Amino acid sequence: MEQLVYKKPDSIRDDYKITFCPGCDHGVAVRLVAEVLDELGVREKTIGIASVGCSVFSYDFFNVDIVEAPHGRSLAVATGVKRSKPDKVVFTYQGDGDLASIGLGETIHAMTRGEKVTAVCINNTTYGMTGGQGGPTTLLGQVTTTTPHGRKAELSGFPLKMCEILKEVDGAAYVARVTLDSPAAVMNAKKCLKKAFEAQLKGLGSGFVEILATCPTNWKMTPQESHARVRGEMSEVFRPGVYKDKVSEV
Amino acid sequence: MNNKKELLKGNYAIAQAAVEAGCQSYFGYPITPQSEIGEYMSDKMPELGRAYVAAESEVAAINMLLGAGSVGVKAMTSSSSCAVALMQEGLSFIAGDEIPCVLVSVMRGGPGLGYIYPSQGDYYQATKGGGNGDYKIVTFAPSSVQECVDLTYKCFYVSQKYRTPVCLLADGMIGQMMEPAVIGEYPYEEIDQSDWALDGADGREPRHIASIEREQETLRARVVKIFEKYNKILENENIFEKYEVEGAKLVITAFGSIARIAKAAVKKARKEGLKVGLFRPIMLNPFPEKVVAEIAEKVDGILDIELNCGQMLNDIKASMAGVANNITVEFYGRPAGVMMTVEEIHKQIEIAYRKLVEKKYGTACI
Repeated sequence: MEQLVYKKPDSIRDDYKITFCPGCDHGVAVRLVAEVLDELGVREKTIGIASVGCSVFSYDFFNVDIVEAPHGRSLAVATGVKRSKPDKVVFTYQGDGDLASIGLGETIHAMTRGEKVTAVCINNTTYGMTGGQGGPTTLLGQVTTTTPHGRKAELSGFPLKMCEILKEVDGAAYVARVTLDSPAAVMNAKKCLKKAFEAQLKGLGSGFVEILATCPTNWKMTPQESHARVRGEMSEVFRPGVYKDKVSEV
Repeated sequence: MNNKKELLKGNYAIAQAAVEAGCQSYFGYPITPQSEIGEYMSDKMPELGRAYVAAESEVAAINMLLGAGSVGVKAMTSSSSCAVALMQEGLSFIAGDEIPCVLVSVMRGGPGLGYIYPSQGDYYQATKGGGNGDYKIVTFAPSSVQECVDLTYKCFYVSQKYRTPVCLLADGMIGQMMEPAVIGEYPYEEIDQSDWALDGADGREPRHIASIEREQETLRARVVKIFEKYNKILENENIFEKYEVEGAKLVITAFGSIARIAKAAVKKARKEGLKVGLFRPIMLNPFPEKVVAEIAEKVDGILDIELNCGQMLNDIKASMAGVANNITVEFYGRPAGVMMTVEEIHKQIEIAYRKLVEKKYGTACI
């Protein structure tokens, strides 16, 4: 007798076209967000915000209404959507360059207002879509196309730690950093994503999950080496964990 | 509905009209000379159960507007000059996305911070824009407090009917002055937005709104489509004022606040027997080129008057090109904030008129 054990979430389009590179963690992250939307039963009332970067084609795979934001402005667009339609579930799916560099102001202010939205940030320590330039989360010593001799603090400062910043922002109700480098990590990431959505569903405030993700193409590593990097030097600087959880306190 | 004639400040008139028009979401950041709009909205919108958000910047405000417009509600932001400059990227996205929304721009003197005096230095900013790509921001310019009301209504209607961003272009004088006006009620039909707006993919295919377009042909077709829309807007929504233009030898062209002062000067000159008229475009973008060309064909000269160094002037000249090449076009302008008086404009009319007569007859006695 056949038994269905694994299927495509309804929140992924039937005709999905994944535009990410092979071995990149985006695919897993997108699937987890989709599974969470399915399990919470909110797909039909969800509006997603696509940001500039590798996730700009979100409407090619998410089976929900999507509006694209200019670079960095996803949480401002999300604010406009949610305040105009408070009964909708609103999420942004952003890269670290989008959320932590050009959009840092929008990120902090949306969360300090406690907008009832969920922000998912893919932190891969580089600008992926434009070909691997150094960004706000690039690690010290990391070689990128704009830090050809490795990031030096005296030239370009230090990596920005969003969870550590956002946990201090009063309107943020849930803040967590996760990885996708093992089955256990994937399961944990999904649990955290769900809580970040519950934060808005329960009206507690903003939910934020930073996903330490791989970029094998620009890191010039295999997927396995990339995950080893996430486990190693990335997790040493960006420590995974739950930084704030008002959802469980309720 | 409020049909009482009240003494109203321009900025409050705009804000009250926006509320009466059914504006559901307002986003703004303070800047003089338009701050009363945001102040009014911060009180009234929550009282009505509508959205008011004090944005952290004008960059955020314009993107909140993008979000609100994408779900089909009537939405508005208001700002001024150096801060409208910050919104240009967002406006390009909004135009490309075909998202309806209203921007109120109450001009102050520039460049840079300039100061809070009335100015028309942002005609280019409104009508030519600083955002990238081929697009237009439909623009209406009031010259009285009553027009602040009427044109705010028109801005919401045109934005919703054609799915396009629309700008109400006022200045510090219009925004700050008080005169009697009637708020009345929103006079236009409601336009159903449900066939495109985002409201969750419940029982239908998901929708997306994006400016990015990977196929060359589709990208081209999108731009062509929005330009066809601008043609329709010019055809259907163009409004302007012609005063004593029939039989005039000299026509003054002016818009917004300065046009009403120019009109007083034209009246004075008419009393003295000078054949002078006034043309005031109210819709500035798309620019009413045909109307200007028709006027130019019948007159000996045009005197364009603006509170800037000559911005609309170039649209006037472009409109006449090929149809009225031989007429005189004079310009009298002053940038960054010192208002003109009726007497001053009257004097310029006399000078321009004298030149026309001299050109025609070799001598002038007026």
